[in-house]
Amino acid sequence: MVGDPMTSRDRILARVRSALSDVPRGEGPEDFTVPREYERTRTGPDVVELLVDRLVDYKALVHQVDDIGNAVDEALARRGARRLAIPAGVPSSWLGESEVIRDEPPLPNVELSGFDGVLTGCAVAIAETGTIILDAGPEQGRRALTLVPDYHLCVVRRDQIVRTVPEALERLDPTRPLTWISGPSATSDIELNRVEGVHGPRTLEVLITP
Amino acid sequence: MNAFVGMPSFPKASSKSVSDAQLRHNLRKATHTIRAKRALVVDEQPDWAALRSAGAAIKDRTLRHLDVYLERLEEAVTAAGGTVHWAADAAEANRIVTGLVKATGETEVVKVKSMATQEIDLNSALEAEGITAYETDLAELIVQLGDDWPSHILVPAIHRNRAEIREIFLSKMAAWGRPAPADLKDDPRALADAARLHLRERFLSARVGISGANFAVAETGTLVVLESEGNGRMCLTLPETLISVVGIEKIVPTWQDLEVFMQLLPRSSTGERMNPYTSMWTGATEGQTFHLVLLDNGRTSVLADEVGRQALRCIRCSACLNVCPVYERAGGHAYGSVYPGPIGAILTPQLKGMAGPLEESLPYASTLCGACYDVCPVAINIPEVLLDLRSKVVTRGHHGQRLAMGAARRVLDSPRWLAVAQNSAGRLRHWTPRRLPGPLSAWSDTRDVPRPPKESFRQWWATR
Amino acid sequence: MRVALFITCVNDTLFPGTGKAVVRLLERLGCTVDFPAEQSCCGQMHFNTGYRDDAKPLASRFVSTFSGYEAVVVPSGSCAAMVREWYPSLGISPPGGVFELTEFLVDVLGVTDVGAYFPHTVTYHPTCHSLRSLKVGSRPLDLLSEVRGLTLVPLGGAEECCGFGGTFSLKNPAVSAAMCSDKVRSVLDTGAEVLCAADNSCLMHIGGALSRQRTGVRVMHLAEILAATEGDT
Repeated sequence: MVGDPMTSRDRILARVRSALSDVPRGEGPEDFTVPREYERTRTGPDVVELLVDRLVDYKALVHQVDDIGNAVDEALARRGARRLAIPAGVPSSWLGESEVIRDEPPLPNVELSGFDGVLTGCAVAIAETGTIILDAGPEQGRRALTLVPDYHLCVVRRDQIVRTVPEALERLDPTRPLTWISGPSATSDIELNRVEGVHGPRTLEVLITP
Repeated sequence: MNAFVGMPSFPKASSKSVSDAQLRHNLRKATHTIRAKRALVVDEQPDWAALRSAGAAIKDRTLRHLDVYLERLEEAVTAAGGTVHWAADAAEANRIVTGLVKATGETEVVKVKSMATQEIDLNSALEAEGITAYETDLAELIVQLGDDWPSHILVPAIHRNRAEIREIFLSKMAAWGRPAPADLKDDPRALADAARLHLRERFLSARVGISGANFAVAETGTLVVLESEGNGRMCLTLPETLISVVGIEKIVPTWQDLEVFMQLLPRSSTGERMNPYTSMWTGATEGQTFHLVLLDNGRTSVLADEVGRQALRCIRCSACLNVCPVYERAGGHAYGSVYPGPIGAILTPQLKGMAGPLEESLPYASTLCGACYDVCPVAINIPEVLLDLRSKVVTRGHHGQRLAMGAARRVLDSPRWLAVAQNSAGRLRHWTPRRLPGPLSAWSDTRDVPRPPKESFRQWWATR
Repeated sequence: MRVALFITCVNDTLFPGTGKAVVRLLERLGCTVDFPAEQSCCGQMHFNTGYRDDAKPLASRFVSTFSGYEAVVVPSGSCAAMVREWYPSLGISPPGGVFELTEFLVDVLGVTDVGAYFPHTVTYHPTCHSLRSLKVGSRPLDLLSEVRGLTLVPLGGAEECCGFGGTFSLKNPAVSAAMCSDKVRSVLDTGAEVLCAADNSCLMHIGGALSRQRTGVRVMHLAEILAATEGDT
């Protein structure tokens, strides 16, 4: 350990306290009012339609399907993808004929690069912003799994879709590792032109099920 | 050595950049593009004004009770298996990070774009200890390969166009790792693919990642990083050790408070409803070793200023840069700091003190047009802070200006003397030169000087 | 209605024509205009440059000169903004009833058709302080669109600052000139004969460049257009 961190800790806290000498002594954090007149929920178009619209806007591929197993097979066939990595808890009913390897025990990260794609579920999806949130649950797996392969096929159940950002945060557990995904990886660093696909999966395909 | 040490004053630096036609073209195109995108997605959010008020108030609550929240954050991160370090200044933060990297035995680290680590010039400190830091954000990569400086908070290579970027990739990538393909085209798609290939093996082999954070939730100890490319996820997820350097003002009190900022930040910065990737983690995650370095480096001085304190609400969205007419012409480098544009003009002098020619020129790098205040998602009244800083600048030196201002005040504070001055101007009107001497020549170099009228308004009124 | 005119030091000294136009316009609309002779300057130049101690006595003078009036009309967005927005930070409370000219016409007198005639092509530049500090909104355009004979053409990038900024134009001449030249280009692109605004300081800046470049485009304060009638031509 370099230096004595306790010393700087005390020094910074003391500086903070002396900088705030104008704050009344009796004021507690909650005594300072935060106006929360923003909308935590909203009414509007059907959340499924809205989510589809927003995902498509981000250049994600979206399908509304009934039979997940069939839809997975079709998606993989369209893409010509054969070897798929999946989290330990993906139900067998999602899997058709494709060759899958369960991430159990965890595959070395370098090997993940060799897969044609990854199939997961999600924790929550936000319609208004076109966002899919993964919380490392059994159907989603660890974070690297949906990051290294170039193709992410994601199953979203209707009851996982909320309309607004505040509704989503309410459903999430902050102690879990969370990944919010809004469309495929993208950059706007070159003349502010959006290019889809840099380091993360270049293709995001979403299956919305009842 | 920090690229920004010993910078000339803003007028000097900007008079140079403003004459660079290519730079002005690049900046105009980029700022106008992103400005329009932001306007669209902000207009679409029906409760934007309410979100903005809430965002400002949450940050004010945090700042007014920062000691409480810092201790709460430390407790939560520690409870979740992370280690918290406190750095009073840049040197200490660099010592801590360098020490942590050395303890792993590694000599290479991958970095997520972070303003805090740029502010402390961490890469140079690591290099001095034999550690190579690889920037992985596309724009930061362009800056690093080009041996250049960032010129924008969100898109640090905004001053470069595609042809320049292609040149940099072709000539410099090989020295840092996998070379660019020899037949590299200059379309953004091809350039992004080249960056993907260049960095892929680096991500898979890196064992130490370094990041900043957009938010740190005191209640839960959760850190939040918003990004677009996935380089952030790579650096945050794959290495065994993660070190995050975070300014003490990045705290938000509660998990629920994120619902405000996750709406304000993406729309204000990239002009998207949501950025492609956001990572949130709490303490040591998925077997990682996690270190949080809390950075002061001048922030407590800013906190002590009751007017200037609001600058610490900043969530680094860079909306103020994209609407600023001065930034658009001067470019980011003229601000002599990693924080350019309007927010830089109030943050840099406060963080560094106003002793140097650059720092005391920055509060004047604005026409006070107010466009920055309008777009700020946390309602930082930048004109108010600029004016307050100006009143501090003039308390030292500037004798010529002080004499002129004092004389002008004495004339203006006496309608009788004002009339005398107006009468003499009226009599001498035909001798008024179209070009003026001394410091006033700056005006008449490009503009004709108005000729004083025969009689002033008050003279006319008196004889009416 | 009895109103006090705060002419502003710049208009008083350099642009008396604007003041005369305001008087003519207000009297035509039935107002009795007072010009308190003790007035001078709102203190904006000193305040904006950082000299608060010099701005204070000027602000106090403004308050003592105008506090007895029900309505004070100011033909300058930035001076009206100085009084209303910034006097409190000098510890001085501004008198009530200080109106920028277009606010007074539209909100107090309730008129947009002021009976003006001006047979020219005009473009309007919304100055920053009218636009963003006072938020005068569409008032100036509403007034202009009722002027008979006038063809109003929209100005591209209208909401962008012209680069004047008071002492900014002297302290940062290169950036100021660059901003001004972009504004001049937008003005020329409209093909208008006249550029109009509600602030002579910005017009002095843009007009100085229009004149230096011999563009032939005139600049006029909004009041001068609103005061014009058939008899003038």
